[in-house]
Amino acid sequence: MKKIVPVIVLALLFAIALFNDSALELSPTWSWVVTILLGLAMVVVLILSMTGKMIERRIVFLFVGISLVLPFFMNFTMPLNVSPVVQTLYDALNKLPKGSKVLASFDYDPPSAPELQPMADAFVKWAFRNDIKVIIVGLWPQGPLQANLSVEAAMADPEIAAKNPKYGVDYVNLGFQTGNEFVIQGMGTSFRAKFPTDLYNTPYDSIPLMRGVENFSNIDFVMNLSSGYPGTVEWVQIAVDRFGVPVGAGNTAVQAPQVYPYVESGQLTGLLGGMSGAAEFEKATGEAGQANTFLLSQSFAHLVVVGFILIGNVALFIGQNRRRAPLV
Amino acid sequence: MQFDIGIWIAALLTLGIISFLYKDNVIYKVSEAIFVGVSAGFWFISLFWDNIYRKFWVGVFPDPTSGKEPQYILFGGVLLGVLMLSRLFGNKAGWISRWPLAFIVGATAGLKMITFLASNAVAQINATVGNFVAAVAAPTFAGLVTASTVTIGTFCGLVYFFFSKEHKGWFGGLAQVGTWVLMITFGASFGYTVMSRMSLLLGRIDFLLSDWLHLIK
Amino acid sequence: MKREIPLIITFVAGCVFVIQYFIPHWPFNEFEQVFTDWFSIVQAFAIWLGALSLLKFSMLKIQRRQKDWYMSVIIIVGFAVMVAYGAYDGFVGMNANPAYSFRDPGTHFDWLYQNIYTPLTSTMFALLAFFVASASYRAFRARNFQATLLLIAGILVMIGRVPVGDLITQFLPESYRAANLADWIMNPLNATGQRAIMIGIALGTVSTSLRIILGIERSHLEG
Repeated sequence: MKKIVPVIVLALLFAIALFNDSALELSPTWSWVVTILLGLAMVVVLILSMTGKMIERRIVFLFVGISLVLPFFMNFTMPLNVSPVVQTLYDALNKLPKGSKVLASFDYDPPSAPELQPMADAFVKWAFRNDIKVIIVGLWPQGPLQANLSVEAAMADPEIAAKNPKYGVDYVNLGFQTGNEFVIQGMGTSFRAKFPTDLYNTPYDSIPLMRGVENFSNIDFVMNLSSGYPGTVEWVQIAVDRFGVPVGAGNTAVQAPQVYPYVESGQLTGLLGGMSGAAEFEKATGEAGQANTFLLSQSFAHLVVVGFILIGNVALFIGQNRRRAPLV
Repeated sequence: MQFDIGIWIAALLTLGIISFLYKDNVIYKVSEAIFVGVSAGFWFISLFWDNIYRKFWVGVFPDPTSGKEPQYILFGGVLLGVLMLSRLFGNKAGWISRWPLAFIVGATAGLKMITFLASNAVAQINATVGNFVAAVAAPTFAGLVTASTVTIGTFCGLVYFFFSKEHKGWFGGLAQVGTWVLMITFGASFGYTVMSRMSLLLGRIDFLLSDWLHLIK
Repeated sequence: MKREIPLIITFVAGCVFVIQYFIPHWPFNEFEQVFTDWFSIVQAFAIWLGALSLLKFSMLKIQRRQKDWYMSVIIIVGFAVMVAYGAYDGFVGMNANPAYSFRDPGTHFDWLYQNIYTPLTSTMFALLAFFVASASYRAFRARNFQATLLLIAGILVMIGRVPVGDLITQFLPESYRAANLADWIMNPLNATGQRAIMIGIALGTVSTSLRIILGIERSHLEG
């Protein structure tokens, strides 16, 4: 029996993958029913834990999986507030006059895309909509290619397509350069020395947007999207503290808490932290995107994790009280 | 019937890794072995083209039309790099790999020393004291509370990490406050770590449900 | 000389990067440029060392028919396929007109990267989501005041960072709702603790770097 169940589940999945053509969506009523059932299941876990029967870890895994999968089919919307650090970044970008040059450093790869790609998409769309020039670079090899995905997503917007942003004039992709923080250091002296050609091997001097751009002093703002090293910390240490260029950042949620001191000290002009930061930035810029869609699943998952933490602690306290209770 | 071989391979490998949640099995071990081999190959060839070819080869043998002079000094880097590979031959020959290691460690130490001092020490201390002074100069209740929290919290946190004096009496009290601040910090980091891991998992689930199973648009 | 030469190399490399920070002019900028390029090249060989060591141990495992030796075959095959296609796409792309990179969309290498490497890497990291939930249920206990602080901060941040937090706490005054509490925990409380850690690490880095450059610290030269 144990061996047959996975085989049946796999066969079902293969059949759906091969033959399914239609999306599945739960009505609001069914969405509530499913939510209540999930809540009741957590109550059952609470009762079992209170009686001393800790549930097996595979059941915990199942709860996490269900809490992430089901919201994809649900029809709930929740209000979202923009946090101060996100608002700071948005306000700084909004102050840039039309025609300003923003250096966008894409320092991440596809595994970090669920958190950072929505930020990138919202930023590029906002830039094109507001006539901000974007110079794309990458300290990670895949970064410039992720940037191209954001540009493609922006061009799919009819309003932006009507504006017809031109490559080389309104935006340019200088590609990836190896060297980590040494690249940032070198850019402080000369962009041309570090990026002699763009991603498509066009010489630096042949790119209209790069005429007159020698180093950071010709850049109005740096927008960094980072998931590790090299990333935001290096941009702050070198671009901000050595060359004085303002930098705003989007980070994965693992890295975000560690860069808050830079936000508090003013070295970093705003911060987008993880999926919620991406969703808040989408709201601030008015660019509907994937982060807001994912946030429902994120909410359910967080509730499940918090629920399990509280259940575990309730079980602990009840167990302690039982041991302390005098024998009658 | 829809069948994109790339998406199917990605989906099967994803399910193979996830199967570990049920129990360790052969499919997981195979997926893991593929991961290890492919990762090593990816970094091997990426660094060849990005670092060895683009830095060394193009530097030493530049395009004649570019007008650049050959930089023969880059042979020094390759020499150090080749010495690094001596570690493959055990301890007898491996001692020479200390030279490139010394170079890497020295360069990193030199760069990090100054940048960490400037950005992570001086600038942070400046902000801690400066913001407090600014809050006292133009006092508002919220501003004073925030600035005091930051200043006292940072100081107490640093006291906690000072192990040259025993944490007793008033000093121990400050270290205790530092511990509380650090616990809140770690709790916040834990919360964000959960958020990050869930986001990564959401990315995979989105791929399976939309690209593979076509259950969502 | 086995010990002296590495110490001299460390000293010279360290000094160049320290001095060029303050004097970014000739000749220090030239030294910095050369050393930066050398650093990139040596970095590549360091990763190659790791990859070749992996191959060496995998081949030994196959040769000695140790437990799960067939997994080592898979490792070697995966490595070989990735390197072969990366090399092929690189050489072909270099000579194509217009030239393209080995990792550009449409190349074999990119196909392997998008359909094998990325799903595997992402899923490996994503597995941690399940384990963090399970570990939280089994081990995250408020046994003392510090642990309780950690727990409360973690819960408030998790709830406050998603919209459901404000939904649950909408009956409270605005300043006490989950999102605002989470914001206050992140900045200034978390920022405070992180700053203390950051300053501590920075001071430790400065002292260790100085010891390394001056040759007092030699642990990196052992073994």
